[in-house]
Amino acid sequence: MTVDSATVQRRVVPARLVQDYGVYAAVAVLLLFNAAFTDNFMQLDNLRTQLVQVAPVVIVALGMALVIGTEGVDLSVGSVMALAAAVIPLYLGFGFWPAVLMALLAGAAAGLLNGSLVAFVGLQPIVATLALLVAGRGLALVVAGGQLKQIHNAELLGLGDDDVAGVPYLVLIAAVLAIIVGFVVHRTTYGRQLVAIGGNRSAAQLAGLPVKRVLIITYVVSGVLAALAGVLATARLTASDPSAIGNLFELSAITAVVVGGTPLSGGRVRVLGTVAGALLMQLLRATMIKHNLSDSTAQMTQAVIIIVAVYLARERRTR
Amino acid sequence: MTVLEIRDVSKRFPGVLALDQVSLSVEAGEVHALVGENGAGKSTLIKVLTGVYQADSGEIRYQGEPVAFGRPLDAQLAGISTIYQEVNLVPLMSVARNLFLGREPRNRLGLIDVRRMNREATATLRRFGITLDVARSLRSIGLGAQQMVALARAVAIDAKVLIMDEPTSSLEPREVATLFQVVRDLSAQGIAIIYVSHRLDELYALCQNVTVLRDGRVVHSGPLEGLGRLPLISHMLGRDLAEVRREGLTSFSDTHGTVDSEPLLQAEGLTKRHLLHDISFAVRPGEVTGLGGLLGSGRSETAKAVIGALPLDGGSVTIGGKRLRHLSPKVAIRHGMAMLPEDRKAEGIIPDLSVRENIVLAAMPRLARAGVVTRGQQDRIVDTFMKRLRIKASSPEQRVSELSGGNQQKVLLARWLCLNPRLLLLDEPTRGIDVGAKAEVQSLIDELARDGLAVVLISSDLEELVEGADRVVVLRAGTVVGELTGDDVSEQSIMKALATGDSK
Repeated sequence: MTVDSATVQRRVVPARLVQDYGVYAAVAVLLLFNAAFTDNFMQLDNLRTQLVQVAPVVIVALGMALVIGTEGVDLSVGSVMALAAAVIPLYLGFGFWPAVLMALLAGAAAGLLNGSLVAFVGLQPIVATLALLVAGRGLALVVAGGQLKQIHNAELLGLGDDDVAGVPYLVLIAAVLAIIVGFVVHRTTYGRQLVAIGGNRSAAQLAGLPVKRVLIITYVVSGVLAALAGVLATARLTASDPSAIGNLFELSAITAVVVGGTPLSGGRVRVLGTVAGALLMQLLRATMIKHNLSDSTAQMTQAVIIIVAVYLARERRTR
Repeated sequence: MTVLEIRDVSKRFPGVLALDQVSLSVEAGEVHALVGENGAGKSTLIKVLTGVYQADSGEIRYQGEPVAFGRPLDAQLAGISTIYQEVNLVPLMSVARNLFLGREPRNRLGLIDVRRMNREATATLRRFGITLDVARSLRSIGLGAQQMVALARAVAIDAKVLIMDEPTSSLEPREVATLFQVVRDLSAQGIAIIYVSHRLDELYALCQNVTVLRDGRVVHSGPLEGLGRLPLISHMLGRDLAEVRREGLTSFSDTHGTVDSEPLLQAEGLTKRHLLHDISFAVRPGEVTGLGGLLGSGRSETAKAVIGALPLDGGSVTIGGKRLRHLSPKVAIRHGMAMLPEDRKAEGIIPDLSVRENIVLAAMPRLARAGVVTRGQQDRIVDTFMKRLRIKASSPEQRVSELSGGNQQKVLLARWLCLNPRLLLLDEPTRGIDVGAKAEVQSLIDELARDGLAVVLISSDLEELVEGADRVVVLRAGTVVGELTGDDVSEQSIMKALATGDSK
């Protein structure tokens, strides 16, 4: 029974609009609200603080968006952050760059493991990365000897504190990465293949796309970005604390991606939306705190937003 | 005594009349064959019978009373049981639990009386000729035994009507024999059975009567005895035996000439358990080779095997004199093969991507510089093929899922043609697309073959196969049963090969 697909297209246009632009509108509304009702919110200092706080989430979420675009998920990102944080002090003796490089390599190795489990062993992404969510932090604690280590390396501390023409390094790095990931998704063979694989795996396979290679690269990218976020978090904290760094980051990242309009069913990656999604959650929480609402109220509000976002994304897959 | 009677039942879906005044009746103890090609309406009829769908009009009488089942459970409770192709029981539970699911014997505390359940399960299964440890999990026993458990369960809940939807499709011959014995026993106990299968041998071995559906209508109904295989097939395929071959109804020209050139593709001994048995054939450049056969005969599987999308147990594929090792779609494409899959939605289009991106999907690496997609050449190719294939879209950037079926099919054709393939495998290229697009696709196939491309054409439309193909390889149950060339290619000869399996 073949129904002409043109006749089945009955998408509700407003829902589509809300899904595509809702997150930007929500960010704008929050900013306007704060400009009007919150004292000192729209001041440069406060905005800078908000951006610095959201930067690590954005970086992790960019990798997560790629993974989710392949119809997968990477639960290990928080633990990979901790792992990177634990690796840094081990190599700081060799200098700033070797330490950062080793941390990123640890992230790449974690991603390679995740990707191999998904692409070659055929495990479901949620299971494959769950293993490292559990084991990664354990490993990080072993590597760090279970201790918090103060950081004294000036370059690393500067990474968390300094700025270029008033723009903090953290924000700059997150912004540049967002632009790069956006370019990769929309303009490179890898990016387009990633979206195609997420959209229809068997069609991609029949079209001869390198499905396994793309999957592995994607998890490696996610691992490296998570490790970078771990390095930055360490710099901000001025200490390597593998038991605290990256805790629950996987959830913040997934939230940012989903709220940004990337469907969990894959086939679509919204980079700018992901950035806006992270920003929205950050602003929401800040707003509530400034108005003396409890943290739990903020969490519940976030939950409602996630459900709304998922509900809207659902529309896209009723074909 | 008539147990179940369907009278003039119609069911409409948006855009399709799935059942059009269908009538069918089954007596107690009768085994009634229900046959028809893809989309004929068999599944819809079964779903209406079992309460999954509601009929738009018409009447279903069960044991003399008009009934309308609102949901599958109601039909089951009333005594109409269905056994699907894939066993739908709980794999991780024990055999006994599966057998008694939902009506487990209880002890005084209201807990499941496992001992009694296992005892009764063992006894029940023994009556079906199977002895096994009923405490084992269902998935640990063979598929045939699972099928039998499903049957036993259906009968145990006091079924009066049993619907079996291709029950043998994944069984070994030995298991089939046991199944047949059980079916005969059940029919002897007065249970009415509706038996859906594409395997003619099975129908003639088991069934007394047959109802043939085509395009949602009953095209034949009556006793199976005395009805030859050839007439049965012609009913299923909708070809009148006496019908003269009408020239020029499809958009194919007559032949493509170069029939004696060296084969481009040679498939030898393709074998896959349950699906393909030692299939060999050759395809020459400039020639359209048809793969004919009924549903489930292994046509699509053969095409998939050739391009490496179906892992084989044995056999080899040689293209241009080079035997391919580690066959995979990627390797096949690199050697100039391309396949248009049967299921456009599931295996063809990437719905969220644009028409442009769907067209260049396979060619993308060749159109990129250092991994960065360059638009100039890409746009030229997309433009060329959209014009050449007359793809109707508001722009190349329109999402492909918004196009009609025919235009989606053309997008997929363009995806392969822009790779300049040497061999094109087309699985049902014109199914489900409108008449205009169909004619366009057919004349395109013709043109491609004339330009020297080797084409493999799979089609359930006999007319399309006969008019389009220079040579037809006929498959039945995963085996090559005949190969027709030149003037021997006719609807009669194909049907004859399907029925008797020798036309060589």
